[in-house]
Amino acid sequence: MTLDAADLLPLLVAWPLLAAVGPLVLARRWPGAAQFGTALVLAGQVALAGLVLAVVATDGPLSYVVGGIPAAFGIGLLADRLSAALALLVAVGALGAFLSDRSTHDGPYGSLWLLLVAGLTGVVVTADLFNLYVFLEISGLAAYALVAHARGTDAALAALKYLLAGTVGATLYLLGVGYAFVATGTLAMADLGPALAAAGHDSTLVVASFALLAVGLAVKLALFPLHTWKPDAYSAAPPAVAAALAALGSTVAAYALVRVTYGVYGAAFFEAVPTVRTVLLAAAAASVVAGGVLALRATDVRRLLAYSSVSQFGLVALGVGLASPTALTGALVTLVGHAVAKGGLFVAAGTFDRAYGVRSVADYAGLAGRTPLGAFAVAALAVSLVGLPPTVGFAGKWLLALGAVETGQWAVAAVVVLSTLLSLAYAGRLVERLYLGESAHGGAVAADGGLPARPDTLALSLVVASAALVVALGLGAGVLTDWFAPVVEGWL
Amino acid sequence: MTELPLALDGWFAHVVYACLVGVGLFVLIDDENLVKKVVGLNIFQTGVFLFFITSAYRVDGRAPLVTEAGPFVNPLPHVLILTAIVVGVSVTAVALALVVRLYETYGTLREDVIRDLRAEAAREAAGEEVSR
Repeated sequence: MTLDAADLLPLLVAWPLLAAVGPLVLARRWPGAAQFGTALVLAGQVALAGLVLAVVATDGPLSYVVGGIPAAFGIGLLADRLSAALALLVAVGALGAFLSDRSTHDGPYGSLWLLLVAGLTGVVVTADLFNLYVFLEISGLAAYALVAHARGTDAALAALKYLLAGTVGATLYLLGVGYAFVATGTLAMADLGPALAAAGHDSTLVVASFALLAVGLAVKLALFPLHTWKPDAYSAAPPAVAAALAALGSTVAAYALVRVTYGVYGAAFFEAVPTVRTVLLAAAAASVVAGGVLALRATDVRRLLAYSSVSQFGLVALGVGLASPTALTGALVTLVGHAVAKGGLFVAAGTFDRAYGVRSVADYAGLAGRTPLGAFAVAALAVSLVGLPPTVGFAGKWLLALGAVETGQWAVAAVVVLSTLLSLAYAGRLVERLYLGESAHGGAVAADGGLPARPDTLALSLVVASAALVVALGLGAGVLTDWFAPVVEGWL
Repeated sequence: MTELPLALDGWFAHVVYACLVGVGLFVLIDDENLVKKVVGLNIFQTGVFLFFITSAYRVDGRAPLVTEAGPFVNPLPHVLILTAIVVGVSVTAVALALVVRLYETYGTLREDVIRDLRAEAAREAAGEEVSR
């Protein structure tokens, strides 16, 4: 039996999915071993995803059909440059977030974590609309259970709210898939494009199917006003889970939106039905502004970060709606940059919480004096959210604004600039507290609860690493745009 | 056996599907009882499933078996919905587990009561801090 490079693709999903049984069995007797085993599996996933990325870089896109059934009927998997990059992002993000909190958890924590990775990776590499729904729900189910893993009732209530919203979103997506299927009779992404064009892009059925798919994914993305589950879920979840979900959950949903819009419906669909594009742009712009304002009003750091995500994913949706190569590249760069920055910030929030017991923005006062390196890294990550050079956030926003100007959408360009001002206000508030705030309680907090009073070294180094990555990606933004260029050119 | 296919063929099935989706969403949003919210979610999903199954229908269609000739019902939506039903069952299970946990804590299934209890607890915690 010879192993083909394309055989790596199903392995990418099957490896975490099958290994997810392990921690469940181990955790009953040896919780430590379950924890260690999960980390090992995740490390293996990083290696696998890295290998796929390397193969895609040299040989071009990989595709695979499960079970040898013809692609029109079988379940197709596809890894082009975009999928491969996001699969690696998912693997690295999941490993980093998992390592950031190594307090032992009881029960199926590790298994759920691996299921989450399997689901997210599945969404990224699938080439079939219905299969995407199934993977979306696998990752969703794992995410709901992980959010509920924190002790206390806040977590249960937040998880239930997340579950109800997430399931409605996924079901609306499924309904959209149904309409697309009725219009064309196929579900494979590659076949759907021409079939939808043949059915007529402006036919009611096709427009309705896109609208339902987009609204369904918008719930998962947490675009305003469908975002209300997000702050609750992110602030109630265990810190490591919040970091993983913030970095990966909505990022993968945004990937799905990009893939469905351009990989299935195509830019021609927007040209045939300009109203859809206008509505998408309006919803995205509302998200950018509302998310920024809500983040400005938030007192809890994790809620602030969650609202900031609403704003940032609004920017990504703007890039999707602009339908110009520059703006779409900007959206993809923003997607990757936001995942790294937000993941790092949530790891930092969790680490500071455990070390100093700080949760609100006011509590962060004078933290720079106690953990200079951590505070500096947080400041760098916040700068990337704002979109100032030399971070990757700047590269993304610059391309988005450029794309808006190129297509003559001045209002959109104004929204991008406004988003920078809003994010400067809320990120600035955080950084100002860190550096200039008077430390209200000195060392009292640490003495009070017998907390370690020293941030976990590994978690802190992860925060610093993500800050370094944000700057490195910003300086080498050309590499990122060149990497995505073939995919974007194939679409537009 | 003729009545059922007729019902599936016409606009009738689509009306039922739209009603189920609407009723499900309404219960999900409006009802304060958490279990009824989960039931509403199920009704909503079932409506979508019905839509898929309707799309498989062909006039005089038979069960898709290789040995017989003639127009077949499209098997693909049935397979898809089988998968979607499994997903729906899993979601319901997780949702009910969470509802049980909330019931154990608050002793109620009503969301508004839980909200009041939480607000009260938050007020008490704040008051304690002030008095300290």
